[in-house]
Amino acid sequence: MKILLVDDEYELVSTLAERLSIRGIDADWVTSGEDALAKLTETNYDLAVLDIKMPRLSGLELRKQIQTIQPNMRYIFMTGHGSAEDFFSASSEEGADSYLVKPVNIDDLITKIHESLARRALGSTGHSE
Amino acid sequence: MHAEWEIVGKEGLNFFGKMSASISHEIKNILAIINENAGLLNDFTIMADKGIPIAPERLKTISTKIAEQVKRADLIVKNMNQFSHSVDEQIQTITLHDLIEVVIKLSLRFAANRGIHLNQQPAVSPVRIISSPFLLQNLIWLCLDKTMDHTGDKKTVSIIAKSVHNGVIIKFTYAGTIGEKSDTFPSAQTAALLLLLKAELEINDEAGELILHLPASLLA
Repeated sequence: MKILLVDDEYELVSTLAERLSIRGIDADWVTSGEDALAKLTETNYDLAVLDIKMPRLSGLELRKQIQTIQPNMRYIFMTGHGSAEDFFSASSEEGADSYLVKPVNIDDLITKIHESLARRALGSTGHSE
Repeated sequence: MHAEWEIVGKEGLNFFGKMSASISHEIKNILAIINENAGLLNDFTIMADKGIPIAPERLKTISTKIAEQVKRADLIVKNMNQFSHSVDEQIQTITLHDLIEVVIKLSLRFAANRGIHLNQQPAVSPVRIISSPFLLQNLIWLCLDKTMDHTGDKKTVSIIAKSVHNGVIIKFTYAGTIGEKSDTFPSAQTAALLLLLKAELEINDEAGELILHLPASLLA
């Protein structure tokens, strides 16, 4: 399993990657959508964890672009919105795969990663969760 | 005047809400960083229990990172506090540099989202006016928001306040073209704020400048 973490907060994304690594999950990280797209040209990932609000290229826009490069990837979004309701009202048209509200609980993140990849193995698109 | 106050009141709440949402988003990010670093400390403790030694240098780094985020949060809350108190008194003596600094700090996330750098040029001498701090912050934000959309390749907006013979000016320098007869700017909200603040707006696309002319005192 290989994960790509994308968040413009360097201290957040690098620490999150280290904590996933301690738990045996191979996670690369970048701090922008542009860097994520560059990374995707050299490495295949199973899943991307994307911050929604990032400069220039938002997490939702980034997902659209990634889908043309690696169509089988799964996505988990992280949001700094106040609540899940805020998130869904902001992204309902886009169809969220899965989301977590910051601050993220690492165990919840790992559970969602496994659930998402299990669904991929079963062939679900995951757009109606 | 009643119609202007109605517009400004409604849109003022909108402005307040927009800024508050941005601040809460920033604080959420800070909490997330502190949360991950606290979690990492916990991970190290669990590893130590299993006999894996912890490098003291790592603990020091984590402690420094947490302290930095606390400092960052403190600054944000300080700005938020200043912003919140701008509605305390309708008319106040305002040091323009400080007021502009607060608006810029509150706008940094909006600027970053557009890849824009905001640059406040230092005032030659303190520029003070008697005006409405909240309305003026709202007007500065609207001008900033507009100029951020017209920076061309430079991706920078510079702001400076200066005293002039009949009042003060706030100059926004950008590189693009707003269009002097733009249909959308000044908006009804901007026009209402200009009227209530007895201000005038000048757009000089050739120079890449938007200039707000303000009276030295709203009470005069």
